[in-house]
Amino acid sequence: MDKRKILSVRNLTKRFGGLVAVNAMNFDVGEHEVLGLIGPNGSGKTTMMNLISGALKPSSGEISLQGSRISDLPAQDINRKGVARTFQLVRLLPSLNVLDNAIAGAVFGHRQRWGQEAEDYAMQMLERVGLSEQAQAPISKLTYIDQKRLELARVLAGDPKILLLDEWLAGLNPTELETGIELIRDLRGEGRTIILVEHVMDAIRSLCDRCVVMNSGVKIAEGTPAEVLADHEVIRAYLGDEDA
Amino acid sequence: MNNKDWRNLGLAALGLAIAACLPLSGNGYYLTIGVTIAMYTVLATSWALFSGPTHYISLATAAFYGLGTYVVAMGIDDVPYVILLVIALGVGAIAAGLVGLATLRLSGVYFVIFTLGLAEMTRQVVTWIQSNWGGHQGNYVLTDITEEMIYWQLLAVAACVYLVGWLIGRSRLGFALKIIGNDEVVAAHSGINTARSKVILFMVSGMVAALVGAILAPRWTYIEPSMAFSPMLSFQVVIMALLGGVNRLWGPLVGVIPFTLLWEAVSISFPNQTLLLMGVAFLLIVYAIPHGFVGLIEKYNARFRGDG
Ligand SMILES: Nc1ncnc2c1ncn2[C@@H]1O[C@H](COP(=O)(O)OP(=O)(O)OP(=O)(O)O)[C@@H](O)[C@H]1O
Ligand SMILES: [Mg+2]
Repeated sequence: MDKRKILSVRNLTKRFGGLVAVNAMNFDVGEHEVLGLIGPNGSGKTTMMNLISGALKPSSGEISLQGSRISDLPAQDINRKGVARTFQLVRLLPSLNVLDNAIAGAVFGHRQRWGQEAEDYAMQMLERVGLSEQAQAPISKLTYIDQKRLELARVLAGDPKILLLDEWLAGLNPTELETGIELIRDLRGEGRTIILVEHVMDAIRSLCDRCVVMNSGVKIAEGTPAEVLADHEVIRAYLGDEDA
Repeated sequence: MNNKDWRNLGLAALGLAIAACLPLSGNGYYLTIGVTIAMYTVLATSWALFSGPTHYISLATAAFYGLGTYVVAMGIDDVPYVILLVIALGVGAIAAGLVGLATLRLSGVYFVIFTLGLAEMTRQVVTWIQSNWGGHQGNYVLTDITEEMIYWQLLAVAACVYLVGWLIGRSRLGFALKIIGNDEVVAAHSGINTARSKVILFMVSGMVAALVGAILAPRWTYIEPSMAFSPMLSFQVVIMALLGGVNRLWGPLVGVIPFTLLWEAVSISFPNQTLLLMGVAFLLIVYAIPHGFVGLIEKYNARFRGDG
């Protein structure tokens, strides 16, 4: 890898009782890289995201951001250091309107803004994701894709260095998917570092520089999308043993 | 500050000025009710500063209030009254800070139960200290502080609470609390130090409750733990605040006034039915008006304007 690495995961393990959801994972993410984190259902991808964002504490191992350890910090400190995420099940702030939801991401995070500055920046992010028309709407009026857009706007409003997107494209219809992929491609074009959990193969192929494949908590492959998608073990993991 | 802020400030100042004239009526009964209303307004409003946005239902009011009362009860013979008020503020802040650090990680019902137990525990501790070192159960509080002075002090505190509440509402802290109340996970993942924000607000409401307890101590010549730490107080504060509505700064006031008047009427005519009144008010809050009177008013306003 010729890029400078920004995030490294070392020997990371997370146990839930007897279940090892993430098992001795190792990988690095380079600056400006889009890394796909893929694997079958229940393979531990969301748990991995939770560990990076600080929603969960690892059982052992460590995660470091630009050389300094973040895995023992609470989520708010990790966010302030520049790691922001969306959630697999969209999470918005129901009592706030669309604009305030976006401002919520701008005030306390990595790059902090307040007052008019925060509002202007949040508004720019809404424009970015195509929601500026609905800035004053209550979130109950939003369609599913618009909710996903808003969550992304909130996350972008904090100007994060690293973006964690957990199945941000899931549940979209083909046209929406097109728009969604375009949007992420734009972010990539801006040089953002992104970790992308996805099941949508087209998105993985067209967006990711590199992929890490998980199965039952273990890393089973790593490489370019073309490489890993051709890997026997990966195919076996996705299709089940009998097809290999 | 925009026009609406100036208008609200004007209205608040006018309301305060009118309220301040009450003692001039010369009617002792009105004044007594005035003191009660002012007291519950301060308690319920400061309670709502914390519990409104976070949805944490605290039943600890009586604990902080009682501590404030006891600061005055134990110190009145040796320390100037004004200093005691400052000490009460400090004691309330420290107690609320400690309780907050210990409990605000608890969720929902555990927090409610803990705060309820806290008032009882504080009462036991104070009783124990008194009987071991004070040699007696109660204290005499003999001062020349009159009911009028108590009333005016409470009005001054109310003005401060509204001012602080208004400032918090416009601050980053207030915004953080709103986000926490919506979704604590999102709050933390947006860079908000959730524990610190909650503890600060809890301290504000604890301080105010202790101060109110201290201000009211001279009203009761003789003070014992069972009245200073009455759990009934905590319940009343919660019910009045929710009845009025906790999503607006002036909401609790809208609950306090009718509830206090009704309470007075009921305790005169049917002295044993006050609990029933609380029960009915509680059912009303849960089933009929979850957002309080303010919620009702705003709903009808919206409908009237045709956008609801
Ligand atoms: N908080 C938790 N407590 C207990 N078990 C958990 C918890 N979170 C996840 N798990 C378990 O860990 C395993 C990995 O789950 P995870 O959500 O990380 O998978 P995933 O790869 O994101 O799956 P999907 O593609 O379906 O989203 C699953 O068996 C899941 O049941
Ligand atoms: Mg998942």
